[in-house]
Amino acid sequence: MRQDRIDFVHNSERALADPTLHSSVRRAMVRFRELQRPVIGEIEEWQALREYAHRVKLHTLSHLDQYLEQLERQIVAAGGQVHWVRDGAQAGRVIADLARSRDDRTVVKSKSMTSEEIELNQVLEAAGCEVVETDLGEYLLQLAGDRPAHIIAPAVHKSKDAIAKLLAEKLGVPVYDDAERLTRVARDALRRKFLAAGVGITGVNFAVAETGTIVVVENEGNARLTTSLPRVHIALMGIEKVIPRLADLGVFLTLLPRAATGQRMSSYVSLLTGPRRAGERDGPEEFHLVIMDNGRTAIQADPVMRESLACIRCGACLDVCPVFERTVGHAYGSVYSGPIGAVITPLYQGLDVAGELPFASSLCGACGEICPVKIDLPRLLLELRARVVQAGGASWAERLFVRGWVATMARSGRLRLVAPIVRLLHRAVARTGIPLPYPFSRWTQFRELPPPARSSFRERWPFAAVGRRR
Amino acid sequence: MRVALFVTCLVDQLFPAVGEATVSVLRRLGVDVQFPEGQTCCGQVAFNDGFWPEAARLAQKFIKDFDDSDAVVAPSGSCVAMVREFYPVLLRDESALADRVRALGRRTYELSEFLVDVLHREDVGAHFPHRVTYHASCHGLRGLHVTTQPLRLLAAVRGLELRPLPGVEECCGFGGMFSVKFAALSGSMLDAKIGAIESTGAEVVTATDSSCLMHIAGGLSRRNSPVRAMHLAEILAAQ
Repeated sequence: MRQDRIDFVHNSERALADPTLHSSVRRAMVRFRELQRPVIGEIEEWQALREYAHRVKLHTLSHLDQYLEQLERQIVAAGGQVHWVRDGAQAGRVIADLARSRDDRTVVKSKSMTSEEIELNQVLEAAGCEVVETDLGEYLLQLAGDRPAHIIAPAVHKSKDAIAKLLAEKLGVPVYDDAERLTRVARDALRRKFLAAGVGITGVNFAVAETGTIVVVENEGNARLTTSLPRVHIALMGIEKVIPRLADLGVFLTLLPRAATGQRMSSYVSLLTGPRRAGERDGPEEFHLVIMDNGRTAIQADPVMRESLACIRCGACLDVCPVFERTVGHAYGSVYSGPIGAVITPLYQGLDVAGELPFASSLCGACGEICPVKIDLPRLLLELRARVVQAGGASWAERLFVRGWVATMARSGRLRLVAPIVRLLHRAVARTGIPLPYPFSRWTQFRELPPPARSSFRERWPFAAVGRRR
Repeated sequence: MRVALFVTCLVDQLFPAVGEATVSVLRRLGVDVQFPEGQTCCGQVAFNDGFWPEAARLAQKFIKDFDDSDAVVAPSGSCVAMVREFYPVLLRDESALADRVRALGRRTYELSEFLVDVLHREDVGAHFPHRVTYHASCHGLRGLHVTTQPLRLLAAVRGLELRPLPGVEECCGFGGMFSVKFAALSGSMLDAKIGAIESTGAEVVTATDSSCLMHIAGGLSRRNSPVRAMHLAEILAAQ
């Protein structure tokens, strides 16, 4: 699939032009940060846990074949079936075939970024299934024909008024103005779908190789219903979701909810091992695990970028990102947005498509600091920038500027020659106020130039009395 | 004690008074300040913009210029983070240099870090009777973990009234080339920062990096704000 280049400058300027969007997203992000801070702060060993989780993930990523095969054996032993798929198209075909073979073609789905990544809903609908998203945010987006704007708060860009109008239009209910009433409307509609569905599809937060257990973390109970009411449960996971041992799950379940939603524990944590067994009262009759590559092995093979696969999709790097807050997810041109999106989208879609994303950061470092699995996001952004430039992705003006800069700075003698000339130009500009060419024009669009100095520090050194001249 | 001053290219060329103030504070505390005259730029501009081979040239030069120094002090958290945190990344293929790079990173200090953590001085004898608010520059804060040092230095300045800055750890939006490539985003971040600064009622905003201050000052003067941007060194040098 040929994709257009993601124009982040354009997308971000469009988002910035909508001040209500920014203020509502900012409010939500500030709220997340306020919730995260105390529940992270109360864990004394937070840094040690991050480090531990990071090492578990990197260990697993360098032994993926071993753990995935162990996972398969355990799933099969528990009575489940495993399907290996190379890419999104194959995953779509496998899942559509499983869904289509049922009498009841209503499919309920709990929130899954991996399914968004491969646009699974379109595939299933094309195969004649009715697909219903059951996470409230995702359900609203499905009704609106929209895409998620945030990894864990998909409808964060939708105002309450917009949601009220949407539900009124699509479900034929009055335009309510309180959130509880609106939630109840959606809940009633969704309950009917749950009862009618023959197939439930979920993502996977963690898959424990040792026991063949998949773990689904959520707050609305919809994943619990999706995995227990329909006769068939299909879980879709990327290969990076496997962890070796059940004992390590406790670490991840300490990190994930605190970073994601500022909760000590998510409302529902389902540990599912195979389908319903003889004598059990609930659970699906069939359990299928679809294990998907879709570009991940290429990242796994890249020693510098491999750690990006450690991501547990908590969304915390989005919450603290000043760029995300102002652009909202859609500007990133992919389901994965914010700092992690700026890292993995270029890896999945190519530097020619998404090469601008790694530059869309002031490198403030807030993402790297919050990441609960200690992915060094600012460094990965820098590494990608180097690859973009190496591949010829820098503009000629930029190359000229940086190379001129470095050539000047390579010898202090050159700096002594060039600096006075630049200072003369700077003074002339400051005096006359003539408009400057790009890229300086982009600076003066929002700020004044600093005033020129009378002389450089090196010309003043060594000085006896300091602080007299300015 | 002898230290080599790395004045940084930005301070050298645009804010020499910050360099003078840095020297003044260090000399007042009895430090023998050297200025290796071959020094230029740490290479961060090129590195952050993806020009790594070019940045490596300047990194190699920096290592040569400061190899003989017992300690290097710079009035910039960002440039020190470049040396300490990113030179090992940038020069990872130069295995012969690895030890020298790491050792240099360990003895290169941001000014407030050097004063508080190495010299163990908080009161540097400054007098600055103004309302001041402090912005935590990102690279100092998250790269070097410079958190309380500037605040402790400011708290000991006679006459100074410190006004806490809301969102003190939020980026001002500079980010080097980010400020021109994504000017509107950077400008929006600057707006928020300036709004926060003005809400404190401070006369002066300070930080440990001239780059952030250049950005903030540019925004303040665009809005004809009476608030002045001053480097921490300038406040500490005032008597």
